Amino acid sequence: MTTALPTDDATPATTGDALVDLLNGFIVELREAGLPVSLTENLDAMQAVRHIPLEDREAFKYALAATLVKNNAHWRAFETVFEVYFSYRGAHYRIVDDDGEPLSDEELAEMGEMAGSQGGQGGPGEAMSNEELAEMLYRALMEGDEALMRALARQSVSRFAGMEPGRPVGGTYYLYRTLRNLDLDGLLDRLMEQAQQAAPEPMTPLEARLEEDEYEGRIEQLKKEIEAEIRRRLVADRGVEAMAKTLRKPLPEDVDFMHASREEMADLRKAIYPLTRKLAVRLTRKRRHGRKGPLDFRSTVRHSLSYGGVPAEPKFRYPKPSKPEIFVIADISGSVAAFARFTLHLVYAISNQFSKVRAFVFIDGIDEVTRFFEGVEDIGDAIHRVNTEADVVWVDGHSDYGHAFEVFWDTYGKDVGPKTTVLILGDARNNYHASQSWVIKEIEHKARHVYWLNPEPRSYWDTGDSIVGEYAIHTDGAYECRNLRQLETFVEKLA
Amino acid sequence: MTYRFDAVDEVRAGLGKVDYLADEGIAGVVYLADRLQKPILVEGPAGTGKTQLAKSVAEMTGARLIRLQCYEGLDEAKALYEWNYKKQLLRIQAERNSEGTWNEIEDDIFSDEFLLERPLLEAIRSPDPVVLLIDEVDRVEVETEALLLEILSDYQVSIPELGTVVATQIPLVFLTSNNTRELSEALKRRCLYLHIDYPDLEREKEIVLTKVPGVSENLADQIARIVRSIRQLELKKAPSVSETLDWARTLVHLGVEQVDEQQATETITILLKYQADIAKAIKEFGGDGKTWTRGGQAPSRS
Repeated sequence: MTTALPTDDATPATTGDALVDLLNGFIVELREAGLPVSLTENLDAMQAVRHIPLEDREAFKYALAATLVKNNAHWRAFETVFEVYFSYRGAHYRIVDDDGEPLSDEELAEMGEMAGSQGGQGGPGEAMSNEELAEMLYRALMEGDEALMRALARQSVSRFAGMEPGRPVGGTYYLYRTLRNLDLDGLLDRLMEQAQQAAPEPMTPLEARLEEDEYEGRIEQLKKEIEAEIRRRLVADRGVEAMAKTLRKPLPEDVDFMHASREEMADLRKAIYPLTRKLAVRLTRKRRHGRKGPLDFRSTVRHSLSYGGVPAEPKFRYPKPSKPEIFVIADISGSVAAFARFTLHLVYAISNQFSKVRAFVFIDGIDEVTRFFEGVEDIGDAIHRVNTEADVVWVDGHSDYGHAFEVFWDTYGKDVGPKTTVLILGDARNNYHASQSWVIKEIEHKARHVYWLNPEPRSYWDTGDSIVGEYAIHTDGAYECRNLRQLETFVEKLA
Repeated sequence: MTYRFDAVDEVRAGLGKVDYLADEGIAGVVYLADRLQKPILVEGPAGTGKTQLAKSVAEMTGARLIRLQCYEGLDEAKALYEWNYKKQLLRIQAERNSEGTWNEIEDDIFSDEFLLERPLLEAIRSPDPVVLLIDEVDRVEVETEALLLEILSDYQVSIPELGTVVATQIPLVFLTSNNTRELSEALKRRCLYLHIDYPDLEREKEIVLTKVPGVSENLADQIARIVRSIRQLELKKAPSVSETLDWARTLVHLGVEQVDEQQATETITILLKYQADIAKAIKEFGGDGKTWTRGGQAPSRS
C-alpha cells in the first residue's frame, strides 16, 4: 500500500517527531483495517491534536475520531487500533514481572486501600488467595466500584492468563483462560441472590430484570477491562505493529458470510436493518425521479388545442418501469444458510419494489416458504421460521441441487413466466449428484432473467464437487456474493 | 483570529448552563470545530438531540441561529440565493422611457438590491455571529449536496453576476443526518464527524432531572434504568431521549413516585411506537409469572 503521507514540514513543529511517526503508523493501520482515510483527513488530524492537551487521553481520542472516522460502523475498528497504538505503557504491563516486584506502587496503594476498607483481611496483591480475589470481585461488582474493578482485572490477568512472552497465541486464548477461572456466570447468580435477599419484599419481575441488567452491564465492563489489560500486555511484549496486525478485523460489510464467527454474525444481523432501510429509501427515490421520457407528440398536440394550437405545454411519455416478479430459490444447508438468510432478508425488505416475491428453499428436497413472509411485520421472525419449519429434507439432508431443481420444475415450473426474475442462491456443491442443469436451461427460456449468487470466492468455483460453472452457462450471470457489500450492490441492481 | 472557547471544559459548562448536558466527546468536537474552523456533521439515531445541540450552541454563544431544513428537491434558489425576477422586470419597465443605456440597466438589475438571500448566503453575509444549522442533510439528493461543498470548505458563495461573496466571519456550522443514506465522501471529508448515541445511564438520568420539572431523583433513576433495559432488546425502534422525557413528564403528571409493572405497561405506548415492539417489551418485563428463581435458570437474556 503506497499512500502519500505528510512529511514533517506539513505537520506542526509543536508536535514532536515521535508523535508524528506514531500518528502516521496509526493512520496507515487504519487504512489497512479498511477505513477510508484521505490525505486531507490525515492533515486535519494533525491539526486537531495541536489544539488539545496531549496528556488528556480521552480528548486525544475524540480529536482523532472526529477527524478520521466518518462512519459509525467503523468506530469499533478505530477503537481497537487506538487501544493498540495509544495504550498506557509502563513497566507494570510487562508480561513477566522482574523478580519480587510484582505490583507497581499505584497498584499496591489501590489494593491496600480496598483491603483496608474491608476490615484489613487479605494482604495486598499477591498475598490474596483465589477465594479472596473472587470475594473482592463480588464486592466490586456489587458496589459498581470501577477503580477496584480495574485493579482486580489487572490482578486476575496476571494470575490466571498464564501469559508467556513471545508465545504466538492470540489474545482470545488468554481471555478465555482468565474468564474460565473467574466464573462470572456464578457471580451473576450470587449477585442476584444477594439482591433478592436485600430487597425488603420479594422482587417483581421488572425489578429483578432491572437489577440483572445492571449487574450484567458491570460484568460486561469487567470483561472489557480484562480484554484491554491482556491487549496492553501483548502490545508491551510484541510491539505495536505486530499486535495491530493480529487484531485487525474486517468491517461488518466486509465480513465473509461463510466464515463469520458467532460474534460477527450478531454484528451482521445488526448491520442488515439500517442497510435495508437505506436501500429501500434509495430505490424509492430512484423510481420517483428516474422519469424522463421522449416527447409524446400526440399528447402535446392534443393539449395545444387549449392554447389555440400553440404547443405551449410539451408532454412527455413517462416510462412505466414494470415491476419484476422475483423467485428466490435458496440452498439453506449448513455452510450457506447464513448467506440465504441475509439475501432473503434483503429481498423481502425491498419487496415493494417487486410485483410479487416467492421464496423457495431446498437442501435435497424443496419447499415453498412464501407463506411464512405473508403479512409478517418482522422479517427476522419469518426467516427463523423458514429455518425451523420448512420441509427441505428428502433423503439424507445433504445438498442435492439436481433433485431440488427437478422437483421445482415439476411443481412450480408452470408459474415461471416472462416477467419472472429467478435468483438462485448457493455454492453449487452438489455432493457429486446429477446436476440436472437442463432445468436451469428451461427456466432461462421462460423467465426474464436468471441469476446465480454464490457466496464462495470465485477462485473456489468448480473445484471439488462445486459445479456452478455447469449451471452458470445457462444463467444471465453468476455473481460472487461473499459479504454484505457485494450483496447490496447486486440487490440494488436487481430492482 | 480569536476563538470562541478557551477549553473543552468551558464548552461543556456553557452547554450545561443552557440545559444541554454534553458528554466529553460532544464538547470536545464543538471545541475543535471552533479551533479548526470546520463544520460538524452530526449523526445518530433520531431523537438524541442532534438539532438541539446546534440550538444550544447558538444560545450559549449568543449567536443567531440560521436554519436550512433539507428536503427532497431542495435547490439553489431555496438554499443559496435567487434573483428577484419580478422586481427586475419592474425595473426594466420603469427604465423603458428614460435614456439609460443597456449596460447601465444590466449592471443595475444584477445588483444587491435585486438579490434574495436564502439561508446559506444569509449565514455567510451576516455581520453578527451566527450558527448555521443544515438539518437532515441526508434528505437532499447526492447532486444537491454539491451545493454545500463550496460554503463548507471555503465559507464563500460564488454568484456569477456578482462575483464571490466571502464570509465576514466564520460561522459555526452543524449538519445533521439521520443516516438514511450514505453521504458523499466529498461532504464527509470537509466535516468533523460526531456520532451522538443514546446517553449512558448517568447522563440520561441527569437529562431527565434537568428537563422535567418536579421529577424526583428516585423516579429519574428508575426511568433511566428501565429505558436502558428496553434499549437492550432487539427492537424496530428503540426509545429516544425525547421519548424518555415524554414518559417522565407523563409519570410526573400521573403522580407516580415508584414505577411498577402495571404503570409501566399502561404507559409504555409513549416509549414505543410499534405494536410488535410493545408486545415484546411487555413480554420481557411484564408479569408472565417468570420470577427470578434462586440458583435456578435465569430468565432468558436478550
